Amino acid sequence: MTAPFSVTGLNVSYAGRPALVDVTWQAASGLTAILGPNGAGKSTLLKAALGLIPADSGQARFFGLTLEQARARIAYLPQRASVDWDFPASALDIVVMARLPRMRWWGPVPRAEREIARAALASVGLADFAGRQIGRLSGGQQQRVFLARALAQGADLFLMDEPMAAVDAVTEQAILAVLHDLARAGKSVLMVHHDLSLITAHFDHVLILAGHVVAAGTVTEAFTDANVARAFGGLPGRA
Amino acid sequence: MIGHNTLIVLLGCAALGAASGVVGAFALLRGRALLADAIGHAALPGVVAASLLMAAFGGPARGLEPLLLGAAFSAWLGLLALRALTASGRIRQDAAIGVVLSGFYALGTVGLSIAQAMPNAAQAGLSHFILGQAATLTQSDAMLTTGLALGCIGIVALLFQPLRALCFDEGFARSQGLPVRSLDLTLLALLLAVCVAGLPAVGLLLVVALLIVPAAAARLVTRGLPAMVVLAGALGAAAGASGALVSTRFENIPTGAAVVLAGLLGFGAAVMFQRR
Repeated sequence: MTAPFSVTGLNVSYAGRPALVDVTWQAASGLTAILGPNGAGKSTLLKAALGLIPADSGQARFFGLTLEQARARIAYLPQRASVDWDFPASALDIVVMARLPRMRWWGPVPRAEREIARAALASVGLADFAGRQIGRLSGGQQQRVFLARALAQGADLFLMDEPMAAVDAVTEQAILAVLHDLARAGKSVLMVHHDLSLITAHFDHVLILAGHVVAAGTVTEAFTDANVARAFGGLPGRA
Repeated sequence: MIGHNTLIVLLGCAALGAASGVVGAFALLRGRALLADAIGHAALPGVVAASLLMAAFGGPARGLEPLLLGAAFSAWLGLLALRALTASGRIRQDAAIGVVLSGFYALGTVGLSIAQAMPNAAQAGLSHFILGQAATLTQSDAMLTTGLALGCIGIVALLFQPLRALCFDEGFARSQGLPVRSLDLTLLALLLAVCVAGLPAVGLLLVVALLIVPAAAARLVTRGLPAMVVLAGALGAAAGASGALVSTRFENIPTGAAVVLAGLLGFGAAVMFQRR
């Protein structure tokens, strides 16, 4: 079976300063956590693979295809902080945006698309908040709106950038439940993550980054104290 | 009693105001509203150059279309200059807008004084482009303005969904494969079209207000984008029509100022009744 995601010889730098050096890695199906200290290039890996920031060299493949060819099978969940939450839109408005590549642009949103968006909101526990302006949701609810938007894309591969950073317990449980639903449905998830305590219980694989690949593989093989210590610069690994 | 010609001019100003509100709503949410100020000022050299060219080639003494084409061309040059200045990342957007806006305006003012010193009377009306004077519009001028304005509103209506997605989250839109660059260029072209169409009536100094004030007011009192866009359009139309009416009654009051003051009344009301 073709790997859902792979990168070969990926180099990315910001203003001449290297952020990722010669990253070659192949993701397995299932749930993968991308770990590493601040500045390890975790978000950079996702953004460069999606063409959101330029790479100096290297290439990314999705199900063996280029980004353009596989676009419809990929969902992206960016960091929550990157948008204006006072934007005049409801939770449903935001989730419907996920359907844009698959619907006509003019006229009202087709009922079927609206229903898909509603179902995605329901699956993250926000069925009752569809009409609420996004700025009036809690931080955790906002994060779940983003997750619902990714779900509504109907993708096979989900790239998630720290969805569990600074969220409440309800949201954390909702996200974990969605992750397991996705895994059961045969989807793959790559999730940038910071909380090392959740890895063993919830993920199949890890990629440990520190500007380069420190370790990669199944949780049992790669998520070792030694590898974590190497990535986090010898500091006590368990944050 | 309002004459037929005045009525057409009022309708033109209302359509212009509506288009400004609608386009301004998206420009505001995309953080591009101040570009309207740069566009307005950068249009002046083009207006002057077009009028000099027309005089030199013995064209019609007063035709709005060539002047607006000249305005659009030089405003486009202004936007290119803006992009070139900010490309390296060493000059920030606000500084670059200041440089382009004042540079083009200064150039236009010099051109204007040269044009006015010339014996040909064709340049007489050019100063109206600075403060705006709806009363000087002919019926066909007003129809042209109306046509441009309605065209802009139509394009926004067609592209409402992708423009909203772009304004909310550019990164996500890009990750979905939406044509982010083309959509941004379309929004810029709409901004340019509305600004240029508004020059004769509202004037280059205040055309920015027509784009920002109704949209900012509508944003304060609405929760959804459709409501915001409709309200911004309505406020813009009301400001455009009432401002034009005042200035056709009192010739000394420039239309631009009257329109903006009318719009500010709406803005003041929005501040008082803003949503919590």
